[in-house]
Amino acid sequence: MPLHRGGVRRRLLGAAALLASGPAPAAELAPGDTAWMLTATALVLLMTIPGLALFYAGMVRARNVLSVMMQCFAITALASVLWALYGYSVAFGGEGAFWGGLAKAFLRGLTPEALSGTIPESVFMTFQMTFAVITPALIVGAFAERMRFSALLWFTGLWLSLVYAPVAHWVWGEGGWLAGRGVLDFAGGTVVHVNAGVAGLVAALVLGPRRGYPATPMPPHNLTLTVTGASLLWVGWFGFNAGSALAADGTAGMAMAVTQLATAAAALAWMSAEWVSHGKPSVLGIASGAVAGLVAITPAAGTAGPMGALAIGVAAGLGCFYAATRLKRALGYDDALDCFGVHGVGGLIGALLTGVFAAPALGGAGLGEGVAGIGEQVAVQALGVAATIAYTAVASLVILKGLDRVVGLRVSEEQELEGLDLALHDERGYIL
Amino acid sequence: MKLVTAIIKPFKLDEVREALAEVGVRGVTVTEVKGFGRQKGHTELYRGAEYVIDFLPKVRLDVAVEDGLVEQVVETIVRAARTGKIGDGKIFVLPLEQAVRIRTGEAGHEAL
Repeated sequence: MPLHRGGVRRRLLGAAALLASGPAPAAELAPGDTAWMLTATALVLLMTIPGLALFYAGMVRARNVLSVMMQCFAITALASVLWALYGYSVAFGGEGAFWGGLAKAFLRGLTPEALSGTIPESVFMTFQMTFAVITPALIVGAFAERMRFSALLWFTGLWLSLVYAPVAHWVWGEGGWLAGRGVLDFAGGTVVHVNAGVAGLVAALVLGPRRGYPATPMPPHNLTLTVTGASLLWVGWFGFNAGSALAADGTAGMAMAVTQLATAAAALAWMSAEWVSHGKPSVLGIASGAVAGLVAITPAAGTAGPMGALAIGVAAGLGCFYAATRLKRALGYDDALDCFGVHGVGGLIGALLTGVFAAPALGGAGLGEGVAGIGEQVAVQALGVAATIAYTAVASLVILKGLDRVVGLRVSEEQELEGLDLALHDERGYIL
Repeated sequence: MKLVTAIIKPFKLDEVREALAEVGVRGVTVTEVKGFGRQKGHTELYRGAEYVIDFLPKVRLDVAVEDGLVEQVVETIVRAARTGKIGDGKIFVLPLEQAVRIRTGEAGHEAL
């Protein structure tokens, strides 16, 4: 049984307590848990296609609207297949400190009878697959409007294999070295968001800014798509966070509650910050704030209490607002759709504050195993974030530089000016 | 004959059309246009980046009228299209040499 995430870990402890007082019951399939996890899996897939695809599609210029949707769609397909071939095994197939091995490659042993905790292993594998799908898809926001499609496919495959699957094992896999240190990452603040955000920043730096950036206006072409996408992300995130309990239980219920609260608080925080500093509360702002809140509560979803969630939401809304509107301009990188500004920074804020608001004194569900005190938990969280940042930055840089030499990362100037929809796909988003 | 061309705010179109019908104007051509005057453009803000939009959406009306009706038509448009705020638009009056109704071949005043 994979030692995975707060919910299962807690239930394992429960089983150990039972063992002390009597014979442990054999693991049995729980239909309620299974029904919820089937639903949660569908919800997480909804986050990428259509959620993220629409969120990003609205923010690019009209001539690139199909290209980002295509990237999200193709990543979904490619990551799914690679996850089945070996990604799942690398992440969850064994007990190594740094990777899980190939014991479950080609989904060996994944029969209809196989269980993971109280749910079928097929459901657990597919649930994890949807995480492996959305993480590389998030990175698309950093290099939107300028990357070659073939390079994107190569990057997705290599990054998933060399970065996502190992880091998932570190934090969630049995024997993973960060899990052993007591890192709390309930639904992927470090594994998904910091990981994707940092890879996105590296990609934005390696590819360079879009032609004309920042002198030429590049406003979103259709914010109604963006708000629709953000709304679907919000709904789908219940599967992401409450599903990470891997059971239909109280932890899942609380994860759902804190997800809603942190997201609402972050949306209001970004909206208010914008209102104060620019005079008007923008729709893109409130939608971006909601995504920032979703990101930041993700690692804390299984451990923070409701009031902790509100605090995390406010911090994420303000922090990501600063990163996306000020930091980006000050430093001059072209993180086109704020992959780093929202996911990297939001994931970082969430991961660190997870260490604070897990404390029972602050309404949390408890610190990590063997961790004494908030200070130590925050230090452990910082270690998890720092290790992920260092590894993903270096590995992403190596992958991108290598790909640039072999296949070329960037489209030609002519293709970029024409728009990727026509230049790369011979199609247009709008024929009006 | 004169051609009265008016550039107005889009949301004033219905009011202007109704007012013109009341003074006896029988035909108007409407075009969606973009431009700027003293209002200049306006600023849009996306994630902290300000974009100055130079050309604002406006509606252009072309009305061909008999000479005797010009004053009244101009006054009517001014009255119906005015909000008192910047960007209400402009009216141009041009000489019109000929008008022909395609269906019948009528020309001049008959064609209006």
